[in-house]
Amino acid sequence: MMGDITSSSFVVMLPEIYLCITAMFLLIYGVYRKSEAYPFMWLAVIVLAFTAYMALCRHTGDATVMNGMFTVSAFTLFAKLMVIGAAVLVLLLSSEWLSVRGRPFEFVVLILFAVLGMLLMISANDLLSFYMALEMSSLALYVLASFNRDNAKSSEAGLKYFVLGALASGMLLFGMSLVYGFAGTTGFDELSKLFTDTEGAVSKGVVIGMVLIIIGFCFKLSAVPFHMWTPDVYEGAPTPVTAFFATAPKIAAIALFARVLFGPFAELHDQWQQVVVAASILSMLTGALAAIMQTNIKRLLAYSSIGHVGFMLMALAAGSQAGVQAMLIYIGVYIFMSAGMFGCVLLMKRGGHAVEEIKDLSGLAQTHPALALAIAVFMFSMAGIPPLAGFFGKFYVIMAAVQANLLFLALVGVLASVIGCFYYLKVVKIMYFDEPAGDFDKVAARMLPAGILVSAAFTFFFFLLPSPLIEQAKIAASALVH
Amino acid sequence: MLLSALLLLPLVGAFAIMAFVRGNEEDAGKEARYIALFTTLVTFGVSLLLWAGFDPASAEFQFVEKRSWFVGLNISYELGIDGISLFMVLLTTLLMPICILCSWESITTRTRAFMVNFLILESMVIGVFCALDAIMFYLFFEGMLIPMYLIIGVWGGKNRVYAAYKFFLYTLAGSVLFLVAIIYMYLQFGTTSIPEFIKQAPNLPLDVQKWLWLAMFASFAVKVPMWPVHTWLPDAHVQAPTAGSVILAGILLKMGAYGFLRFSLPMLPEASHHYTWLIYTLSIIAVIYTSLVALAQTDMKKLIAYSSVAHMGFVTIGIFTMNMQGLQGAMIQMISHGLVSGALFLCVGVLYDRMHTREIANYGGVVNVMPKYALYFMFFTMASVGLPATSGFVGEFLILVGAFKASTWVAFFAATGVVLGASYMLWLYRRVMFGEINNEEVRRMSDITTREVVIFIPLVLLVLWIGLYPKPYLHAMDASLANLIKQTQVTSEKP
Repeated sequence: MMGDITSSSFVVMLPEIYLCITAMFLLIYGVYRKSEAYPFMWLAVIVLAFTAYMALCRHTGDATVMNGMFTVSAFTLFAKLMVIGAAVLVLLLSSEWLSVRGRPFEFVVLILFAVLGMLLMISANDLLSFYMALEMSSLALYVLASFNRDNAKSSEAGLKYFVLGALASGMLLFGMSLVYGFAGTTGFDELSKLFTDTEGAVSKGVVIGMVLIIIGFCFKLSAVPFHMWTPDVYEGAPTPVTAFFATAPKIAAIALFARVLFGPFAELHDQWQQVVVAASILSMLTGALAAIMQTNIKRLLAYSSIGHVGFMLMALAAGSQAGVQAMLIYIGVYIFMSAGMFGCVLLMKRGGHAVEEIKDLSGLAQTHPALALAIAVFMFSMAGIPPLAGFFGKFYVIMAAVQANLLFLALVGVLASVIGCFYYLKVVKIMYFDEPAGDFDKVAARMLPAGILVSAAFTFFFFLLPSPLIEQAKIAASALVH
Repeated sequence: MLLSALLLLPLVGAFAIMAFVRGNEEDAGKEARYIALFTTLVTFGVSLLLWAGFDPASAEFQFVEKRSWFVGLNISYELGIDGISLFMVLLTTLLMPICILCSWESITTRTRAFMVNFLILESMVIGVFCALDAIMFYLFFEGMLIPMYLIIGVWGGKNRVYAAYKFFLYTLAGSVLFLVAIIYMYLQFGTTSIPEFIKQAPNLPLDVQKWLWLAMFASFAVKVPMWPVHTWLPDAHVQAPTAGSVILAGILLKMGAYGFLRFSLPMLPEASHHYTWLIYTLSIIAVIYTSLVALAQTDMKKLIAYSSVAHMGFVTIGIFTMNMQGLQGAMIQMISHGLVSGALFLCVGVLYDRMHTREIANYGGVVNVMPKYALYFMFFTMASVGLPATSGFVGEFLILVGAFKASTWVAFFAATGVVLGASYMLWLYRRVMFGEINNEEVRRMSDITTREVVIFIPLVLLVLWIGLYPKPYLHAMDASLANLIKQTQVTSEKP
């Protein structure tokens, strides 16, 4: 054990503690003052910014506290900043939607609690704290999915997500108990030491437990074959929630996934690599092929996100520092593309109602040239066409895979990205080549276009100054894989 | 700095159009046209400075610029040109203002966007020919798909969507394999600098070279295009607006051939020797088969598109003879084809602007109403056939000489292509220009305008110049080609 709980261990956890307390305050404040959207959204943004600031300033090096339950390192810091960044971006994008809706403060508070769960997840250093944190964020997410509670589709999305999420949690818990039963400990450090001592020779029970844990992660990440819930939930949930689902929880889950694979199970690399490779191939191909048939833009983006997860898994499968770095770069790029794209979907409104069919984008280049340009940038970037940011994400991932001698996986990846190109091009085609289908409503809020602008600018101009993200990702990766 | 300026100038023009040109379609379109024309002319002027400052005696890369870019990866922003890329750059900057001029009246919808796309395309194409870093090369090589996709898809003909998709996906599918090859080489050598690759890659074992060669081949063969992956080209050419066809035929096809010259030959000489038979076979099929296909076409643009495939077949034969005449011929043929096929598409564009049909059967007897036009069309038809005193002759002749040195059979089959080329082009000319006027609309057509003459004159002069006195061109590329031949030979004699 790492020692007793001291005041310094609280200092290490300060960002999470701060976020927890302020979120609760905001909840109470909201219950007593049914106030409007804006203050709440801005309060939440400020709270998150503070949390990020604290995490950044308080970071003096690696530390493991709370009897080995909680750990911080350059890697967790990077992932946490990504999660917070994604949450802030989503909050900004949802400002318009919030001001139209009646009860905004629950949304904001739920997002804060979900983020808190994710931050704890990223830092979890024990199977128990891992499970608790995961459930904490999941609970908030279940509620968010059914946030439009008088809408059947939204309720369905929430229920579906809940039932399948519970199933995943069950698998995860079963896997953990197997690992505990056969290894005799739940701490990441102890497990790692144990497997190192036995040089990777472990009983089958541990391997089965590990595979079950991986399955649990695949559910959370919507990796194939555990992706069934994704399109329905993406379509049913309110668009800002979908934007949130597509970014923050994925980052947290894949960051923790990386920590589990490269921490306790690092020695079992040969065993987990096959599983991750299989999930990666299936995700990339399913994401590319299934998206072709979609007519709803949110379902399309759901399949697209499945494809992106496939690429992130490819980076993990490489099992190297370069792989983790590639995954972090991919995440960084993906947040902006994905959040920005959902921001554009939020702008698609006719007569006060949101429209979500791809054909509603017809002729957008003539009616809303700027919006069309932004969507085109996101689409080409997701397709991985240089010189947009998405290309560099894929480039690093494929490089890591080739380096790890996973040439076949790399070839499947590039093949899938060519197939995937087809449906991204379809969106561009509908916007640029087809005749206009009519105007969208004017949007009052300024934050939404601003958020899209920031995302699009990042995606477009990434190639001019790529080094900061790449260097930080490298530092973070070197903290995880030595 | 000159090369960076060349890269940036079109982008500045594009930005100016996006930022400052406002107002209704007519006024904005006019302003956009003038800005685009001005920008491309300035770019052309700057590229002439390049030729003036170019030292033909040196085989080294010149005007080199290098800045760090992806620090951790050792990928840098590296530009430079040699005798091979110099002419590709010049061809690009020359054809661009011509394209702007030829779309002066034919592009009337969303003119601003068209001009912006064109300028971005120009910058990317120049980037391809100047890049001395494999990743940068790839960036431009792929990036130019986006503006081209939009140009075909938005301003194209009836079947433009299909053509745009086909163009994009074919090219992308080939290129991603090239990317994997680049990544593999990067992991071997720790750099993506092309000069470094040229130094180190020939030492790779033959098996590895073969795989890399095939991966690159997939990318370049689609772009050239070689048989049997040429099928995107007739669609893209026919559906693209005239300016798009000119750029496709004149410049984009050269990128594939340039790739062979810049990557395959110097980096993987052993594999190149090993696969020469493959290139010869595919090229000969391209020359003969697509010439026959061209004979059967009823659409003028499609006919010229197939003739492009045949002419590029000559170029690939010339490149892989790996001797001086063959390479010189390939270079001259590339320049010549850029000028001539571009001009032929312009000729078709002239007719299309008046009649809005490309069917050969709808024409006939055009010479009676458009005598001046007939002269220009005749001239470019002859240049395409390879009549002595035109650039086409110099190119084809040198390639045949080079091919004879390498293999008599290859030269024999290639020579039949020359005959076939003459037959389909002359037959096209006869059907369109001569005979009775059967279509009343033909009678109402007016002869070419001053603007169109301005477009044709520089092309005519250049074709004649290269045809009669190719020495300045050959002189500037000789050192680089000799160096290239040395690079392919040194290692083939390696124990």
